[in-house]
Amino acid sequence: MAHFTKATSIHDWLNQRLGIDKVRRVMATEYWIPKNINFLWAMGMVLAITFSILLVSGIFLLMYYQPNINTAFDSVNYTIMREVDFGWLWRHVHAVAASVVFLIIYIHMFTAIYYGSYKKGREMIWISGMLLFVAFSAEAFSGYMLPWGQMSYWAGMVITNLFSGGSLHADGLVEWIRGDYVPAQAFLTRFFMLHVLLIPITILGLIGLHFGALRIPHVNNQDGEEIDFEVEAAKYKSGDKAGSKVIAFMNDFMSKDMMVVGIYLVFFFYLVFYHYGFAMDAVNFDPADGLKTPTHIYPEWYFLWSYEILRPFSTNIGLIAFAFAQVIFMLLPWLDRSPNAVPASRRGLFKIWFWVLLVDMITLTAMGKVPPSGIFSTIGLVAALTFIGLWVILPFITMFEKKV
Amino acid sequence: MESNGRRGFMGKAFGAVAAVGAVGSLVAMKKSWDPLPSVRSAGFTTLDMNVYKDNELVTEKWRGKPVFVLKKTAEMVAKQTDADKSRDIVVGGNHFMVSIGLCTHLGCIPGYNPKSESFLCACHGGTYDFSGVVTKAPPPRALDVPPFKINGNMLVLGEEGPEYKIMKETGITL
Repeated sequence: MAHFTKATSIHDWLNQRLGIDKVRRVMATEYWIPKNINFLWAMGMVLAITFSILLVSGIFLLMYYQPNINTAFDSVNYTIMREVDFGWLWRHVHAVAASVVFLIIYIHMFTAIYYGSYKKGREMIWISGMLLFVAFSAEAFSGYMLPWGQMSYWAGMVITNLFSGGSLHADGLVEWIRGDYVPAQAFLTRFFMLHVLLIPITILGLIGLHFGALRIPHVNNQDGEEIDFEVEAAKYKSGDKAGSKVIAFMNDFMSKDMMVVGIYLVFFFYLVFYHYGFAMDAVNFDPADGLKTPTHIYPEWYFLWSYEILRPFSTNIGLIAFAFAQVIFMLLPWLDRSPNAVPASRRGLFKIWFWVLLVDMITLTAMGKVPPSGIFSTIGLVAALTFIGLWVILPFITMFEKKV
Repeated sequence: MESNGRRGFMGKAFGAVAAVGAVGSLVAMKKSWDPLPSVRSAGFTTLDMNVYKDNELVTEKWRGKPVFVLKKTAEMVAKQTDADKSRDIVVGGNHFMVSIGLCTHLGCIPGYNPKSESFLCACHGGTYDFSGVVTKAPPPRALDVPPFKINGNMLVLGEEGPEYKIMKETGITL
C-alpha cells in the first residue's frame, strides 16, 4: 500500500489520494498548444460549450416531455411552452443549439481540411471527428422526432424508408427499425431512448476518443510546421516564454479560447432570444397525421447538402450517391495522396479543390431547400455530380502535387 | 509456462462462454426491437365491400397507411385496359380498385378527381388512372396493391389470398 502522511491541507489530502497536481499538469498546465494559430482553433471549445448547453437544456426538457404519441405534441407545445416557467427558454436554447452546433461542426471540419489537420499522425483525430459528425446527425434526427409534429412524422417516415434500400425493398428491415408498419408508439419510444441515452453516451465516448487522439500528434498550426513539443516545452518551462513556439493549454490558450467562446455566446443568445424561428419549422406545429402528407418534406438546413445529392437521381442511383456522400469524408486522409501538411493556399490544385468543394456544398444546401423544378433541378444535378467528381479526382490531383 | 498454459485455457474458456452469451443477447436485443404481437395482430383490416358507391373514392386505413377503395362503374369496367384488368379485384360481381394510397414516387397521398376518373399527386405531378396505373411520370410504378383475401363479400387486408398471390407473382404489385 502507498505511504500516506498526515495531510497539511485539504489540497495535500486530496493530492495524496487523487494526485490532483499531476492531473492538472497533464491536462492543463503542461499540455502544449502551438502559438501559431488563429480563432478557428477555438471551434473545438465552442463545440464543447454548445454540447454542454444542449445537455443542460435537454435535462430540463426531459422533466416535462412525454414520449407518448397522444401526449408528446401537447407536452412540448402546451406544457413546456406555456405552463413551465422559462420552459420556452430551454426549448428555444435546445432548438437553436441543435442547429448552430452543425454550423460550428462544418467550420471545424473545413478548418481541418484547409490546414491539412488530418495528415501525418492526425488521422485518428479526423476519423473520431467524422464519427462524432455521424453521432450528432443521428442525435439531431432522433430529437426531431420527439415533438411528434407533421415534419417529425414525415421525416421519420422518409428517412426510415431509406433503409429499404430502393429496389431491394427490405421492408422487413424498415418495419424492424420502426417496430411498426408506420412510425407509431414503438417508433417514438425507441427514438426517445436513442435521443436521451444511447446516442448521448456514444457522443461522450467519442469526444473522449477525439481528445485522446489529439494527445500524441498535438494540435496542428497555421503553417503545418512540425514542432518538437518536448524541446519547445522545455524552453517555455525554463522561462523563455517568448522564444518558445508553444504555450500551456491553461491558462494561456484557454484565456483566448474563452474570449472566442464569449463572442460566440453573445451571437448564440441573440439567436435564442430574437431569431429562434429559423430552428423551428412551421409545419411541425401541426400534430402528426399519418393520412396527410405535407406538400414539401425537407430536412433541416444541415442535412440539405446530402439530401440534394439523393434527390436529382432515380431512386437507386440516388441512394448510392447518398451513401457515397455519407462515407467519403471519412476517407479523406487516404484520398489525399500528398504528404504536404500545409494550408491549402500553398498546395496548388488542392487550393482550387478546397474552394470548389466549399462552394459546391453551399450550392447543394441552397438547392436542397427550393422545390426540385426547372433551373434549380438542373443546378442541383450539376452540383451533385460536381461533388462526386471532386472526390474522384482528389487522389489524382494530390498524387502529382509538388512537395512543399 | 505451465501456469501460462492454464491461463491461456481459462482465457479461451471464458471467451467461449462470453461468445455464447453475446450471441444470445444479440438475439434478445434484435427480438425486442421487433414489432409487438399487438402491432402485428392489428395489421389486418376487414372491409365490407357492399357499402361502397360507384366512382366514389373511400380512404380506409390499414397498418397506419391510407388504402384507396374505388368501386368501378359499368362504363369504367368496359373501358379497362389489360393493365387495368390485371389489377381488378372482383368481389360479389362488383369491380374494385384497392390500392395503398401512397404515391410510389415519394410517398405523398394522391387526390382523386371523379370527373376525370384519375388520381393526381400534388407533390410532383404524377397521375394515375382509376385503376392506379401510372399515366404520367415521375411515379416508377402503379399504386401498390395491399395483400388481400376475398372472403365472400368481405375483403381482408393483410392476408394473402390466391388472387393477390397471382398479382405478386406476375409483378403487378410488389
